[in-house]
Amino acid sequence: MRRLRFLIQKEFIQIFRNKALLPMMTLLPIIQLIILSNAASNEVKDVRIAVVDHDQSELSRALSNKIVANDRFSLLAAPFNKKEALDLMQLDEVDIVLEVPHDFEKQLYRGEAPQLQTLVNAINGQQATVGSGYLNGIIGSLNKEIRRSEPLFFSGLPKHNEPVVVTSNNWYNPELDYPHFMAPGILAELTALLTIVLTAMNTVREREIGTIEQINVTPIKKWEFILGKLVPFLCLGLVLLTVGLIASKLIFDIPIRGNIGLIFAYAVVNLICVLGFGLLISNFAETQQQAIFVAFFFVLIFVLMCGLFTPIDSMPKWAQYATIPNPLAHFISVSRKVLLKGSGLADIKMEFVYTIILALLFNAAAVWSYKKQE
Amino acid sequence: MFFWTYPIKQETMPNTKVIQVAGLTKQFGDFVAVDHISFEVEKGEIFGFLGANGAGKTTAMRMLTGLSKPSSGKGKVAGFDVLKESERIKERIGYMSQKFSLYEDLTVKENIRFYGGIYGLSRNQIGTKTSQILEELQLSEVGTKPVRSLPLGWKQRLAFAVSMVHEPEIVFLDEPTGGVDPNVRRQFWEAIYQAAELGRTIFVTTHYMDEAEYCDRISIMVSGKIKALDSPENLKKQFKASSMDQVFLKLAR
Repeated sequence: MRRLRFLIQKEFIQIFRNKALLPMMTLLPIIQLIILSNAASNEVKDVRIAVVDHDQSELSRALSNKIVANDRFSLLAAPFNKKEALDLMQLDEVDIVLEVPHDFEKQLYRGEAPQLQTLVNAINGQQATVGSGYLNGIIGSLNKEIRRSEPLFFSGLPKHNEPVVVTSNNWYNPELDYPHFMAPGILAELTALLTIVLTAMNTVREREIGTIEQINVTPIKKWEFILGKLVPFLCLGLVLLTVGLIASKLIFDIPIRGNIGLIFAYAVVNLICVLGFGLLISNFAETQQQAIFVAFFFVLIFVLMCGLFTPIDSMPKWAQYATIPNPLAHFISVSRKVLLKGSGLADIKMEFVYTIILALLFNAAAVWSYKKQE
Repeated sequence: MFFWTYPIKQETMPNTKVIQVAGLTKQFGDFVAVDHISFEVEKGEIFGFLGANGAGKTTAMRMLTGLSKPSSGKGKVAGFDVLKESERIKERIGYMSQKFSLYEDLTVKENIRFYGGIYGLSRNQIGTKTSQILEELQLSEVGTKPVRSLPLGWKQRLAFAVSMVHEPEIVFLDEPTGGVDPNVRRQFWEAIYQAAELGRTIFVTTHYMDEAEYCDRISIMVSGKIKALDSPENLKKQFKASSMDQVFLKLAR
């Protein structure tokens, strides 16, 4: 145990003496938080639409006006035939073409159900689905308005034509504030990512310089060496998390509904887990280049499959299972649950269990694969 | 266990052979880096390991220090088995590798403290060792300077001193004087003699032939095999040469 103290002391001296590390651990995360939290939004703000109005009736114009009045849409053109509109889509000038048929108004007042056609450019899937969702909403509300404004006329119609009214409330993030949703996730991602890369690089650097050989020729125990790397970087990770939380609170005013101690308790477990992973990588890398390459391979998978940008629930089944050994997925889940929802320990029990198992696995593998002798 | 509390001169081992090696071999795939080498080193001896680049000197040394697992053969270092007890060997030996292996961003004192701590020295022992090393190497003024800022010769001598911070029985030096000026080389060899006088065994690889003359005995390795092993005088007689240089050239041919 005494040896461990010297290892940790040495590591801290090196960390504090490294001029590049401190700004890296404070400034970079804040910058990333600001950029990513604002940019990585699923909101679709500017849907470009072309309306082909074959009807040219009062009703069809009311529909157009309603679309224009909505600030998510910008009416780019109102061509007279569909081909023109499709050409615009081909040129990527518009995202959605709405076609209003002849006799739209007439059919409606006759009590028939007129059909509107929307053609959606689905190259950008997000834009397409969300955009057409908004459009359906607008059409639906127009529908309701008409019925309300002419109750006598429509009262004679069969009951089933009455639209079902679905109202939804956004719980835990009532204003659908994207930074509120993204910031806790990005915070978790950043903490894990930086610590994986830093440990992997640090240990491989010792291999490159040759100091690791000097360590290997001492009677030091393998677990002592691994723990000697783990503890300082765990502290570093917690500092990073603290800085990030403060920045998120100050900049985005993210809600902190749950127990902040719970976040830190979980973060300790999670950091031990990812640090073990970083150390595992470093054991198989001869150079820092190799280490960073392998680290990035996994970090990319971890980040893209952690539920930060795409919800885990909408992944295929196999991919959902693949998130279980992904420490990032659990970290993000915990930070969102605790910060936004105010979840307690019981609600994040599974995340704790999975992460502890992963932490044990990764660290055992790191100790095992660290070779003092070739 | 606490080997540093025993004076080095005390006979802790039944025989005086601190290194015994028989048929030690290291193979990397098809390539045989070290090919069945056998030799013995006496306590307190300065044993030179000579050979051209790639002759297998470093690999042989790495097997003795427990850094590399022998493919076959057997050996004992400081009384422990090379194959099975490499961690015990590590308690008793010092090692200075070809690559400079102190932490450049730590100060002189911090390096001594770190390696002292790793070898299990107490705070007091570390304190004593630190002032002793600083004084002997006349580094007191730069004790709080990062090692990075020292000239290469000083660094090498510091590395040598640090490799002996735990008072090992045997010190392995892998080309310790590579790249330093003749003056520092002489100082370095003085330090080696000093250590040997204390009863410490020195195992040193080099390709400077003049340095070979300073050794008690030398072995010359050529492509993985030991081609000659004796004192410098005997070798010169044996090969009818006037200098080690000539001995080496005759063997390498």
